[in-house]
Amino acid sequence: MVTSQAAGQPALDKSALNQPVLELKGIGKEFGAIRALHDVDLRVAPGEVVGLMGDNGAGKSTLVKIIAGNFPPSHGEIRFDGRTVHFARPIDARAVGIEVVYQDLALADNLTAAANVFLGRELKRKFGPFALLDHKAMAARALELFGELRSETRPHDLVRQMSGGQRQAVAIARTRLSNAKLVMMDEPTAAISVRQVEQVLGLIHRLKEQGVAVMLISHRMPDVFAVCDRVVVMRRGEKRADKAIGDTSPEEVTSLITGAKEAA
Amino acid sequence: MATPLESPITFSNVGKARWWQSGLFASQTGYVLLALAVLFVVMNFASPYFFTQGNMQNVAKNFSFIAIATLGVTLVIIIGGIDLSVGSMMCFSAMITSMVMTQLSTPGAPGAEWFVHLADDGKTVIANLPGLILLISVLAGLGVALIVGLVNGFCIAVLGLSPFVTTLGMLSIVRGLGYVVSNGRGSFPGGPDADYFYALTSGVVFGMPAPFIYLVVLAVAMAVVLHHTGFGRHVFAIGGNEKAAALTGIPVVRVKIEVYVICALAAGLQGIIVSGWLGSAPANMATSYELNVIAAAVIGGANLAGGIGGPLGAIVGCMLLEVIRNGLVLAQVNSYWQQALVGVIIIAAVLVDRVRSRMA
Repeated sequence: MVTSQAAGQPALDKSALNQPVLELKGIGKEFGAIRALHDVDLRVAPGEVVGLMGDNGAGKSTLVKIIAGNFPPSHGEIRFDGRTVHFARPIDARAVGIEVVYQDLALADNLTAAANVFLGRELKRKFGPFALLDHKAMAARALELFGELRSETRPHDLVRQMSGGQRQAVAIARTRLSNAKLVMMDEPTAAISVRQVEQVLGLIHRLKEQGVAVMLISHRMPDVFAVCDRVVVMRRGEKRADKAIGDTSPEEVTSLITGAKEAA
Repeated sequence: MATPLESPITFSNVGKARWWQSGLFASQTGYVLLALAVLFVVMNFASPYFFTQGNMQNVAKNFSFIAIATLGVTLVIIIGGIDLSVGSMMCFSAMITSMVMTQLSTPGAPGAEWFVHLADDGKTVIANLPGLILLISVLAGLGVALIVGLVNGFCIAVLGLSPFVTTLGMLSIVRGLGYVVSNGRGSFPGGPDADYFYALTSGVVFGMPAPFIYLVVLAVAMAVVLHHTGFGRHVFAIGGNEKAAALTGIPVVRVKIEVYVICALAAGLQGIIVSGWLGSAPANMATSYELNVIAAAVIGGANLAGGIGGPLGAIVGCMLLEVIRNGLVLAQVNSYWQQALVGVIIIAAVLVDRVRSRMA
């Protein structure tokens, strides 16, 4: 059921970059009397890494949840891969190629790395009337994915025994399994060691190299400036800035987040 | 960019786990199995009767009387739940089975004319189709277990009630229903099919007690399902991290309901088998057995926090409890000590596992 995918991806041509993988037009969301999001436009191109920043309550997670299909927007249109999409459930978003790497990683500690990568999409082999797990094929494919991500993660190790960086690799390998076109990562570098942060940023680079668009939700300015092509700043449910990383500075982004600077 | 691996990945700082640091040897089940082996050796020297064929058969039969239910409870514990209603379930299924069997075997009772007729002498009851009554009555017993399991699963998985409270309530409900339908009297499997019933539940096959054979077959099936099917993988995933399981698209509600149904069916089957050995299904049968069953599962390595456990552990746990009971009797120790010792073993087994994982 999982299509096998070559380790190499075709080089991105310029026209592909012009065609956004994700396009939001006038997205708004109200919860009762509370306006959580107002008129947000956003374009993300394949292989682009976009940092999504903002203080708590700025509307980042509402936006992410709308894109991930947790709930529908009150207004506006979501276009994915050139087509208008409506997600009723997260599984609909996953079906078109949107994956979320959650902050707490959504891994089962008591299972192996390979088992976690294939959780909910296990490979099976028919034995007469029974479909049994194909442990070998899953381990081999997981090893391949960890190789692509250049992560020192072994398929048979229990997730419980892994470092934060290796856990991220498992969570990200899961998104590669489904050939996701957009991966949203929620605070992937919170609460892990400096060396592991390096590993995770490396993983984001690998995704980018393979033409996957990445949305990085983070509070950590250095990480955003290290891997992102663009930074989007949210404040009070509105998009206040959307700048190429070269055209801005951590100081400017900070003042946009806090509201010291209204817009840029 | 294509990512050809420049070199195979090497693990400079990560060694391969030694064989004794992984798998069975590193699990609580392994330690308890070791303790069991030691106990066997000690008992061999302590009593000349221990390793006789008769005593071994006795041990195998006795632990089979809780082990099938323990398999079911182990499954529930793996998904991070608990089922306190297994003792009542054993009784209720046994009771329904023997009541249905008696009812269908009584000429003149409503519905019985489909199944039995009187012989020419006017007294002997003859089955129209031998075995049919047995089949229907066992299915009836398992049917009520299925319903109880569905209710447990629905309350826990759909309504989100706590497994402890739900099954504690169910313990009382099912026991109460047992008294209601029987009016507090025990019932006896009777009629023309009773002989088959006793043969299947307390007979001996190839020198082994029949319940032991059922246990082995079910345990092997459970091992295969747990480790080689998607369902088993999902059971472990839900026990390890239920939220993660839901996020990855595992049908958590369905799997949980199925697990509680399987547990109730295992308990029901266990009760039916025990009633065959007892020769009746008294209304107070298997009272507080749920505690023995959960104790056996926990001693065998099932972790109440969820995510860990297996059929081997369930059997080893039951076997350890039974060998200790048997050993105390053979050693002519006051049998009241047994209960206290079981408690010590529960705590010791969990303690050893804790100490070991601290050291690792």
